[in-house]
Amino acid sequence: MAHPKIIVVGGGLAGLAATIKIAEMGGHVDLFSIVPVKRSHSVCAQGGINAAKNLKGEGDSTWQHFDDTVYGGDFLANQPPVKLMCDMAPGIIDLLDRMGVPFNRTAEGILDFRRFGGTLYNRTAFAGATTGQQLLYALDEQVRRYESEGKVTKYEAWEFLSAVLDNNRVCHGICALDLQSMQVVTFPGEAVIMATGGIGAIFGKSTNSVVCTGSAQSALYQQGAFYANGEFIQVHPTSIPGEDKLRLMSESARGEGGRVWVPKTPGDKRDPKSIPESERWFFLEEWYPKYGNLVPRDVATRAIHKVVYEHHLGIDGQPMVYLDLTHIDRKILDRKLEGILEIYEKFVGDDPRDTPMKIFPGMHYTMGGLWVDFKQRTNIEGLYACGEADYSIHGANRLGANSLMSCIYGGFIAGPDAMEYARGVHKSGRTAPQHVFESERKRQEGINQRLMTNDGTENPFLLWRELGDIMTKNVTVIRYNKNIAETDAKLVELLERYRHVNLSDRSLWANTSFVFARQLYNMLQLARVIAQGAGMRNESRGAHYKPDFPERDDTNWLKTTKAYFAADADEPRFEFDAVDTSLITPRPRRYDAAS
Amino acid sequence: MATNGKTIAIKIKRQDNADSKPRWEEFELPHRPNMNVTSVLMEIAAKPVTRDGKQTTPVTYDSNCLEEVCGSCAMLINGRARMACSALIDKLDQPLTLEPFSKFPVIRDLSVDRSVLFENLKRVKAWVPVDGTYDLGAGPRQSAAEQEEAYPLSRCISCCCCMEACPQFNEKTGFVGAATISQVRLFNTHPTGKALKVERLQALMGDGGIQECGYAQNCVEVCPKDIPLTKSIADVGGQVMWQAVKDFFRT
Repeated sequence: MAHPKIIVVGGGLAGLAATIKIAEMGGHVDLFSIVPVKRSHSVCAQGGINAAKNLKGEGDSTWQHFDDTVYGGDFLANQPPVKLMCDMAPGIIDLLDRMGVPFNRTAEGILDFRRFGGTLYNRTAFAGATTGQQLLYALDEQVRRYESEGKVTKYEAWEFLSAVLDNNRVCHGICALDLQSMQVVTFPGEAVIMATGGIGAIFGKSTNSVVCTGSAQSALYQQGAFYANGEFIQVHPTSIPGEDKLRLMSESARGEGGRVWVPKTPGDKRDPKSIPESERWFFLEEWYPKYGNLVPRDVATRAIHKVVYEHHLGIDGQPMVYLDLTHIDRKILDRKLEGILEIYEKFVGDDPRDTPMKIFPGMHYTMGGLWVDFKQRTNIEGLYACGEADYSIHGANRLGANSLMSCIYGGFIAGPDAMEYARGVHKSGRTAPQHVFESERKRQEGINQRLMTNDGTENPFLLWRELGDIMTKNVTVIRYNKNIAETDAKLVELLERYRHVNLSDRSLWANTSFVFARQLYNMLQLARVIAQGAGMRNESRGAHYKPDFPERDDTNWLKTTKAYFAADADEPRFEFDAVDTSLITPRPRRYDAAS
Repeated sequence: MATNGKTIAIKIKRQDNADSKPRWEEFELPHRPNMNVTSVLMEIAAKPVTRDGKQTTPVTYDSNCLEEVCGSCAMLINGRARMACSALIDKLDQPLTLEPFSKFPVIRDLSVDRSVLFENLKRVKAWVPVDGTYDLGAGPRQSAAEQEEAYPLSRCISCCCCMEACPQFNEKTGFVGAATISQVRLFNTHPTGKALKVERLQALMGDGGIQECGYAQNCVEVCPKDIPLTKSIADVGGQVMWQAVKDFFRT
């Protein structure tokens, strides 16, 4: 009997983790990625990966990791998978160590750990300040090994367009676009795993990579997959504003002792180094004495907003605050943070060892994503999701250094379960009729044809700027229902204008603007899920903050938001599920006082 | 955004596909502070009009992370192999010239096919041969000093700048290039990775192997990650020589 064949879409940490498990279990993987998998967005993760190894004599435990994660996520996550992830985490770190990840070491030669936001324990293993890059490379190398053994076939420079579903809504494969020849091709698979990452491009500029458009998730949502908790968007407190993107300045800068401050006098134009300590306001340390600069990201982001927009104390009147490392020994900085200091140096031109960095919050991560059960199965049979593309682990706010772990965990659950499922399909001999592949291919070719020959006046890149501007303004840190309603109306307008898109390139070879225009449509549809979800949720929880509803409301809103697409109305509909809080009873989330 | 009236002049070498003839197009854009080459290419995509007002197509190029860690956006900028994202306009002479790498097949415009590097990494088995993904306990103990030697090598982003800049990297020699050799050094140093040392060294013998290196040292000059590539070549060169001697006496 031939090996079961499973399709994995996305070659970041989650996709590669699933691929390795499947290859190890004897399956064959067709691995699809827009970019060569070694160039996936996981490389951008900087600070580290969490696991309660308790190697610092602090009495840390996997239960404490679990509690910090659930509490940090403001109790919105279903708890059983979070607990399982925290229990598996120490073993996953050991595995990565065995695969050759150059984790930083202590004097004795064991793994070193540092502190991150939302915990009081040194729980974060790290490889300099390019931990995501190092983890991705380790998995990439193992996948290359399987590739050379013929167990993995890579399809790099291919873009996912849709799932191939039969009349019973069972998934039998995918439809994808060759990014060079622009040909649409269908691929059969006994199961499909989506590991397509984040959605940053919906907000215009973000810390995400160019490929993080959410296009694949949106396409599946439009095909009937639930999209859950879309309104929960993490805005990272410390990013470097740039012309082409917002570059991340890792939380590890604060984990290693970095301090956030502004001059106490508005418009103080002095060189920051010449401002005496007594004239600096360390607002996070003052407001949150226990956690200080290491409060969770949503808390730090709102504090910076408040200092800039309510106290009017942004540096030189600009929306920026200082992140200061200059009091830390240069050697320690180079050993533990070099990768991120280099980014600041190269892109801003100042040496952060000598000068405090100027930073501001930037869109960073989606806690929401494709709805999955505890085995990473979506509501479409045969279709799985894992990594940032799924909604399952982080609740209303993700703790730093939990994303890398959740990616590998998700892949390690999805891979083996998909394999089990595929074996069952294999045994039953059930195959999809050829016509379902044919009709999906024709549907996608039709979309391409219309887009290529469209005769309008709208420029997709300019529509995208309008999308990013309004989403960033109204659906990030501070949310008002009136502005959200305006945003949704604007999205309807943009979708209407999209029908009149005119491509400046109509060639059929490596046409990047055509591909971008296709992604843009999916971004617009998914933006409505985010905006409407935010509009409905009249409470404040984790990253979702409404000044008109400043408290968490467990009576009405301790619920998972599930959006589904109403094709006839061309818009989202919503239902709400109770959250599984069977292990830890929800309690108020307070970082300004003992909890 | 303020534009202060200044403009940027850019010349881009364009090519529709692998078989078509290249041509130059010139652009002029409003200058803004802190622009990099990728933001210039994004501006052109939004408004693809040449300097003399002719409508053209957006430029095809590779990019992803835009923070010099994914390795995508390598190209020749003012003749030098480097990453477009970290190339800041204010530090470059104008007119700025952008060209695709010259030693890799052009896909379109500035985008080239660099898959040869990934094939080379397969040839030298650039991985640690773990037994499996099951929970088998901690990895081998390593000193901080060992980590500090391995980590810089492990930061290679596979951009291929070192190969483009190398005079020996061409069709005639079939030279494998510095990036692959440096990965051999990395995996031969790892306590478990060592198990495949002999196979890696043998893969670097013969035509296209390490002896093709002409010590021009261009590789280390252009590496955006400051990887000690010449040290890697010297180190692995010694290992290969020893292995060749051993192989000779064994046969």
